[in-house]
Amino acid sequence: MEQFKKRQFLSSQIDLSKFNADSFKKATDEEKKQQDVMGESTTFFKDGMKRLRKNPLAMGSIIVLLLLIVTIFVAPMICPYKYSDFTTVNGRRDGTATNLAPFEYSEREMQYMDKTGKDLFPHICGTDNLGRDYFIRVIYGTRVSLAVGFVSAFMVLIIGLIYGAIAGYFGGTIDLVMMRIVDIIYSLPDMLIIILLSVVLTQRLEPMLAGTILAKLGTNMISMFLVFALLYWVGMARLIRGQILAIKNNEYVLAARCIGTKNSRILRKHILPNCLSVIIITTALQVPSAIFTESYLSFLGLGIAAPLPSLGNLANDARSSIMSYPERLVVPAVVICLIVLALNLIGDGLRDAFDSKLN
Amino acid sequence: MSNNDEYILKVEHLKQYFPVKKGFKKTMLKAVDDVSFAIKPGETLGLVGESGCGKTTVGRTLLRLYEPTAGKITFNGEVIFDTGEQYDENGKIIVDANGKPILGEKINHKMLPYRKEMQMVFQDPYSSLNPRMTVEDIIGEPLDVHKMYATKQERRDRILELMEIVGLNAEHAMRYAHEFSGGQRQRIGIARALAVNPKFIVCDEAVSALDVSIQAQVINMFEELQEKLGVAYLFIAHDLLVVRHISDRIAVMYLGKIMEIADADELNENPIHPYTLSLLSAVPIPDPETARKSKRIVLEGDVPSPLRMPTGCPFRTRCRYATEKCAIERPILTDRGNGHMVACWNK
Amino acid sequence: MSMENKNILEVKDLHTSFFTDAGEVCAVNGVSFNLQPGKTLGIVGESGSGKSVTSYSILRILAEAGKITSGEVLYKGEDITKWPEDKMQKFRGEKISIIFQDPMTSLNPVFTIGYQLEEAILLHTDKTKDEATKRAIEMLTLVGVNEPVSRMKQYPHELSGGMRQRVMIAMALCCEPDILIADEPTTALDVTIQAQILELMKKLQDEMGMAIIMVTHDLGVIASMCDEIMVMYGGRVCERGTADDIFYNPSHEYTKGLLRSIPRVENMNEKLVPIGGTPINLLNMPEGCAFCPRCDEAMKICLKEKPDELKIGEGHYASCWMNIKKMYEAQEDVTNEQ
Repeated sequence: MEQFKKRQFLSSQIDLSKFNADSFKKATDEEKKQQDVMGESTTFFKDGMKRLRKNPLAMGSIIVLLLLIVTIFVAPMICPYKYSDFTTVNGRRDGTATNLAPFEYSEREMQYMDKTGKDLFPHICGTDNLGRDYFIRVIYGTRVSLAVGFVSAFMVLIIGLIYGAIAGYFGGTIDLVMMRIVDIIYSLPDMLIIILLSVVLTQRLEPMLAGTILAKLGTNMISMFLVFALLYWVGMARLIRGQILAIKNNEYVLAARCIGTKNSRILRKHILPNCLSVIIITTALQVPSAIFTESYLSFLGLGIAAPLPSLGNLANDARSSIMSYPERLVVPAVVICLIVLALNLIGDGLRDAFDSKLN
Repeated sequence: MSNNDEYILKVEHLKQYFPVKKGFKKTMLKAVDDVSFAIKPGETLGLVGESGCGKTTVGRTLLRLYEPTAGKITFNGEVIFDTGEQYDENGKIIVDANGKPILGEKINHKMLPYRKEMQMVFQDPYSSLNPRMTVEDIIGEPLDVHKMYATKQERRDRILELMEIVGLNAEHAMRYAHEFSGGQRQRIGIARALAVNPKFIVCDEAVSALDVSIQAQVINMFEELQEKLGVAYLFIAHDLLVVRHISDRIAVMYLGKIMEIADADELNENPIHPYTLSLLSAVPIPDPETARKSKRIVLEGDVPSPLRMPTGCPFRTRCRYATEKCAIERPILTDRGNGHMVACWNK
Repeated sequence: MSMENKNILEVKDLHTSFFTDAGEVCAVNGVSFNLQPGKTLGIVGESGSGKSVTSYSILRILAEAGKITSGEVLYKGEDITKWPEDKMQKFRGEKISIIFQDPMTSLNPVFTIGYQLEEAILLHTDKTKDEATKRAIEMLTLVGVNEPVSRMKQYPHELSGGMRQRVMIAMALCCEPDILIADEPTTALDVTIQAQILELMKKLQDEMGMAIIMVTHDLGVIASMCDEIMVMYGGRVCERGTADDIFYNPSHEYTKGLLRSIPRVENMNEKLVPIGGTPINLLNMPEGCAFCPRCDEAMKICLKEKPDELKIGEGHYASCWMNIKKMYEAQEDVTNEQ
């Protein structure tokens, strides 16, 4: 009786007539499985790229940077002028072609064009006080600046990575000694060292490089690379050491040791891949800082030496005639800003997309 | 010690001290202080204790992830580590006239061959798997390290076999660990430990981080693997009900020392040490009726810091039965019949 | 009307969603329950069941991406989801407080215990500084902190985990709130310390008479603390009722499975019966019952339709098609007999 009452109480809440026996048949395993599917397989990299692609600032910067890189490679092929040569007309130096405004032709060039009916390539940014095409000088300056930025960032990465990885992984006394050396280098004033190094290196390197392929790059440029590499690796080394110290404490590293994995394999397979995102991001942010430093060193007259232009020394040269020809300062300055801003935005974008701590 | 071979693993007077710097002073943190126990093949020894009692350190020291400060470890009848101290029947170190311990032969075997015999399953299924490796690579790593295959195909077959043993879908071999749920990740960790066919596995809080409904899956799997493969476990956990369910014998640790070892049922029905007693009564029983009836023995105070270890018995500061003797001399484990060992002066 | 007023807190059909890159995640999906003054309600469930999000929704302390999408939270008959933020701020701490799992992260490490306690008191009352200090010491004594006067000058890291949790409780209770939400309050603690904290909470409830919402995954804690229990899975309530209803007369397959899968004194020497499958993926919710992919008894209807909440007994509700199946079969039997 009680059973019946209970049943009545339950069934008063619901209309049973809408069901049929079929509804209450057991579901097959297959049907259940359909409900329980695993999400799309994504790797860490794919996931990060997806996030990066959604970031309009970073994507815009990548496009700007790519355009810039394409320009500095393609423009010298189209433009007939050389960064170090004075403007010539028909093989003879054109003395009238100094200090031209953008898209202006010199008297001799106009005469030449009238005579032959051929169009000469315009001076897109005018010419400088020695009659060199300014546009091509900016293009080469950008090449130099970008090269300095990327090469020194790469060198900083290599030195910092090896140093930091050893200090971080082995720890103990090794770490203590290595990090104190870093502290000492850190405590030296940057500017002083850069100035001293660039002066000393330039002199010392000249005889050493003579006759090698490297000489073509110019001792100046090489010494610039070395200065950056020798000075800025400490920051990278510290960062990587910190990363490795943190990752070393993860249980998967302990698990690898438990399996009997050798140290080198642990570093290679377990630790480095896990700090890769931080390494990439920091390197990306290192590039603009190197470009910036090179620019103001050149501006001070300590960087890349003439006739090779860099964006910094172009700006420096334009300083004296800033009132009459402001565009000569504006053009390289704008390019520096573009590069640095784009690289910084890309670096930030990469961090947002790949840094696991932020996700 | 004639019955050495009866045990798969025998630990005697194991000590693990860590130097801790406090300002300029260096003190020793005695994480594991004179611990002895033995495990038979195919047996599960549960190791329980509160956080900071050194249970995890015991597991890691056994596998020589830390270099032991002192003690002797015998595996499968072979001494793999021994610092050479000798002890008398009362567990006191034997010293010469100058008070220096008389040392026997020192043994320190290379661990690599033993890593195939002893493995570990970790607590945190999230941090114990490398997020940049696929499941195949994670399970394959021990095979690579110990060169346990001749061809690529052999490696792959073995990995798929292992995945099947732990109940993972073979289709998921190329996926990354972060795509799996906690329970599945723990299965990957177990497959990695099983890859080398170990005879002994340390399970360090292997189910603590899992959801209740998943815990049972993993506990059952541990039990099934033991039946099938005959592995012995050292099952470290803080959850007494889980330990009791899976273990044949249980050891209770407090501040780096073992307080009591007994058969699982014996320990639960007839606990002797006051600490075991309060530990058992503190466990919340998932049953409202029992919860209403039972009266808890609530322990006062906190566990003392291992840096400021009490003299004598480490538990005396929280013990209701503590006497003067407890403060002076440390009790050693004595057999109270049927292998029920207790370290207490009063009980 | 009198029935309505008996509850200090009523939650009606609460929905909370998180808006993430991968889409809307419905973490709480139609939760309803009542809380009576001085009683303890346990919310039990595994990770992702929405138990914590439910309690955060009540306090409106959800992360940025989280939002209450519909439903009502009635405190003494007033819907607090519609209150402005400043009113809510005053309400939190004064009428309703929360303690978290990890006391280390919920105490500010740069201030002393005393300072943080006084701040909490000064914020919600018009006591003077000296009165606040007195009250803080009183509270510390109440929660069983030894030497409360010297503890006031200590920083959180100088205390042990258990002590920190006591301080958190003191802080939560200093304004004598009507409701205390405890989100996994003892999960990070050792069993002996857990026992101390649970005893303390019971004692304080007897003395101060606040209602407690205990959010935990530990069925042992639930059984020893709670008058009423709500079992959650996948953001939905599976079953709610008194502790005895849930433990001795479980009427949802998930509750039954849960009770079978935990090691208990009775099943020590038997094999556990685990719930198969993997935990729910909130991004990929089944169409029908959230538990059906893991349910041994799953039926065709479970896959297609969400079960409605059915009253099993006084104060005992469950949402499981199995109950309806039983009724249906009984009715068939009766028809057949006739």
